[in-house]
Amino acid sequence: MYFVKRILFLIPLLLVISFLAFALVRAVPGGPFDRDRKTASPEIERNLRAKYHLDEPLCQQYLRYLGGILHGDFGPSLKYRNHSVSDIIGQGLPVSLTLGAAASCFALGVGIPLGFFTAARRGRWQDYAGSLAALVVICVPGLVIGPILVMLFAIKLRWFPVALWGSPWHAILPTLTLGLYFSGRIARLMREGMLDTLQAQFITTARAKGLGEIAVLVKHAFPIAVLPVLSYSGPMLADLLTGSFVVENLFQIPGIGVFMVNSSLDRDYTMVVGLVLLYAVLLLALNLAVDFAYSALDPRVKYE
Amino acid sequence: MTSAVLLALLVALILLWPLFNRPGLAAHLPPGMTHPPNAVSDAQFQPPGAHYWLGTDVHGRDLLSRVCAGARLSLLVGLVGTAVSLVIGVLWGAIAGYCGGRWDAVMMRWVDVLYSMPSIIFVIMLITTLNALLEKWQSGPERLSGATVQWLQFTALFGGLGAVSWLPMARIVRGQVLSLRHRTFVEAARVLGAGHWRILRRHILPNVYGVIMVYLTMTVPSIILYESFLSWLGLGIQPPAASLGSLIASGSGEINSIRIYWWLIVFPGAMLAVTLLALNFVGDALRDAWDPRAED
Repeated sequence: MYFVKRILFLIPLLLVISFLAFALVRAVPGGPFDRDRKTASPEIERNLRAKYHLDEPLCQQYLRYLGGILHGDFGPSLKYRNHSVSDIIGQGLPVSLTLGAAASCFALGVGIPLGFFTAARRGRWQDYAGSLAALVVICVPGLVIGPILVMLFAIKLRWFPVALWGSPWHAILPTLTLGLYFSGRIARLMREGMLDTLQAQFITTARAKGLGEIAVLVKHAFPIAVLPVLSYSGPMLADLLTGSFVVENLFQIPGIGVFMVNSSLDRDYTMVVGLVLLYAVLLLALNLAVDFAYSALDPRVKYE
Repeated sequence: MTSAVLLALLVALILLWPLFNRPGLAAHLPPGMTHPPNAVSDAQFQPPGAHYWLGTDVHGRDLLSRVCAGARLSLLVGLVGTAVSLVIGVLWGAIAGYCGGRWDAVMMRWVDVLYSMPSIIFVIMLITTLNALLEKWQSGPERLSGATVQWLQFTALFGGLGAVSWLPMARIVRGQVLSLRHRTFVEAARVLGAGHWRILRRHILPNVYGVIMVYLTMTVPSIILYESFLSWLGLGIQPPAASLGSLIASGSGEINSIRIYWWLIVFPGAMLAVTLLALNFVGDALRDAWDPRAED
């Protein structure tokens, strides 16, 4: 029942988000036709605006747009006028999804064990080394580590291709560039979660029963300690799956992260709103899934 | 403690480096220390060496002084951006939490809406709007001087960064204020006739300062990161001024398969990493000191 209510609440939320994005892009000075046809006469521009219904009142435009969405039509891109927004997103999204999923798997696959291990060895040298590694990694953003990886492994050592997208071999450097930062964040969250959980009374009880240390850590502490990581992964997945401008630009990958930045620079109104909606739907769905998983992992959490 | 010293040394280096450019000092210092950050020379792409300690870029400018100048701007943007997000976040969260009820619901739903939008689109729209307004002024009858324009561009950047970073702060402050507003000492203040503003300022907010401070130390590095990303895109600091992000961007623009100019990326990147590392260390230490849960 709680989750049905949450899902129903998403509809007005998405309406507000789409209207806000719709109105905001139009409020920014400049228009979608500024960058091309500098010599265009006012009539041509007026005709273009009329063709894309930009001369109508805002509310009418918005209602027209909503009507289109109900038919699955997100409108034509105002920058690439031979393509619809759905076409462009449909082409780029699979690439960004693959790369984002690989990076998330890397981040979770490295971060969770590292955090778990450093917490289990708290105060010993393994803890210091592991925690320092996690901290260093979150201080080196993708726009630094990416070029360094390219120069070292692609140009100097020639182990990996410099750029482009196609084989799994092409995906390794972008995945590392994208995932390293998040693996550090997750390791830190996991370690902190473990340290917090290990002070709880149910852990003392488990130990008092004479359970082995491994069983205490894995079976009793882990499901609770992983909860902060879980709530962090909702927004993280939404960010990673919708593509990263830095990585896609650096490795010339045809994803949609590039459009996130370029469409707002080009005032490509329909594209911006389409991307905002895509991001919002993904984020809200993931947050819902996280809350659902929360109640499954932690028996103390009950949603009314 | 070590971390605070490291941070202090770093800030001292960044702030004091330009002082070596004084004409009177040049004779007494080794030549590597006296290059102004924007001075163009014929020595293009010099690798790190005795004359240019960290090498030079495409215009023959000394990388070391540019890295110091860039780090100075990055730190400045980080601090001012954090201050902007602090003011917005604390006011928003405190008012929502204190008023409660319908106001709280409306204000926090607004935060939810902003949370669900990709922040980069929002920042770009804000910064382009502010820059367009700036251009409009420029073309008007009273032209502004170059320095004023640069400062206004900075302000646009500060505003943009602060305006997208206040959301977590608002949520945290709102949660704290909500839990404090019916406590006995607040009721007592109200019975004694204190106004809302006074209660909020003198009785509630002082109890939230610890949490705010802890969160602030996490905001500074994240805003520095965001700024470096924006400058990397070309939206942040405009040339010839440099921030760490724009230095890294121009370094990665020089990547080619014939010659590797590694110093153009490694040194600005290392400066960024060390700055963030020092800030994170200080943040962790402050959190350990202030976090009430860590008292055992």
